Amino acid sequence: MADFVMETGEGGNVFDDTALVNLARGGDANAFGHLVSRYERKIYRLARHITDSESDAEDVLQETFLKAYEHLDGFQGNSKFYTWLVRIAVNESLMKLRKRRSDRTVSLDEPSDNGEEPMMREVAVWEGSPEEQYSNEELRGILEKAIQGLKPAFRTVFVLRDVEELSTEETATALDLSIPAVKSRLLRARLELRERLTRIFKQKGEDVLAYL
Amino acid sequence: MLTCKEFLQELSDYLDETIDAELRKKLESHITECPNCWVICDTSKKTIQVYKGMEPQNVPKDVQDRLMLALQKKMAAKCGKVKA
Repeated sequence: MADFVMETGEGGNVFDDTALVNLARGGDANAFGHLVSRYERKIYRLARHITDSESDAEDVLQETFLKAYEHLDGFQGNSKFYTWLVRIAVNESLMKLRKRRSDRTVSLDEPSDNGEEPMMREVAVWEGSPEEQYSNEELRGILEKAIQGLKPAFRTVFVLRDVEELSTEETATALDLSIPAVKSRLLRARLELRERLTRIFKQKGEDVLAYL
Repeated sequence: MLTCKEFLQELSDYLDETIDAELRKKLESHITECPNCWVICDTSKKTIQVYKGMEPQNVPKDVQDRLMLALQKKMAAKCGKVKA
């Protein structure tokens, strides 16, 4: 971000998103650059999680900010700038996924959830805290691999709710899903990830108990 | 007493603390008596925590450079249009 230098406003106050959006609308390139540097890491991570591809994620990152810049006048300001950005990034990511799997439609409307209860095969306590047991890099690798094992309809909901920390309502709006659909997919995703992580993090020697 | 299945259906809302006090009480009473559900609840909570604690990595420099270049082009084009 060497080309964009504006970090703070007068008196050293950091500009909030709304102020930066207004400045950017007025043609201040530095203001938009600052919004980019504020959110590029999160948008890139979101795109990598949904598309499971670094090159697609790079395209999504670029398209997201280009579209945001282009449509800045259309941003209503009744949602948070970040939520608006996430909506653009999610749409771009899903387009990438659909393109890649043109033989099989990837749809978030598709109820991949067949109503069956997720199986609980791993019921074991964890060995201490994963943050203490693994290096940041190892832990990141484990967490990302676990997410990639989920179906897109589930991982997208999980990533928005529990990684990007959007509310249930914001997630429903971003994905054009009903609130009950978001909730049921989130539950399913959380339980599946719990299952996958328990296989790795469980106490050594702990018996694997069959659930129910 | 709730069944395990009923407990699991409410687990997400319980962890998000978006349930009413009465249901919360029932869920809490279930986990004090059901060790399996206690473990599932505890490890689900830790699953969410570990993901929330994950800091996003920096965008690779070359990816960032290409983004900036694309944006600068876009901005130049927009300014051009305004002037024209």
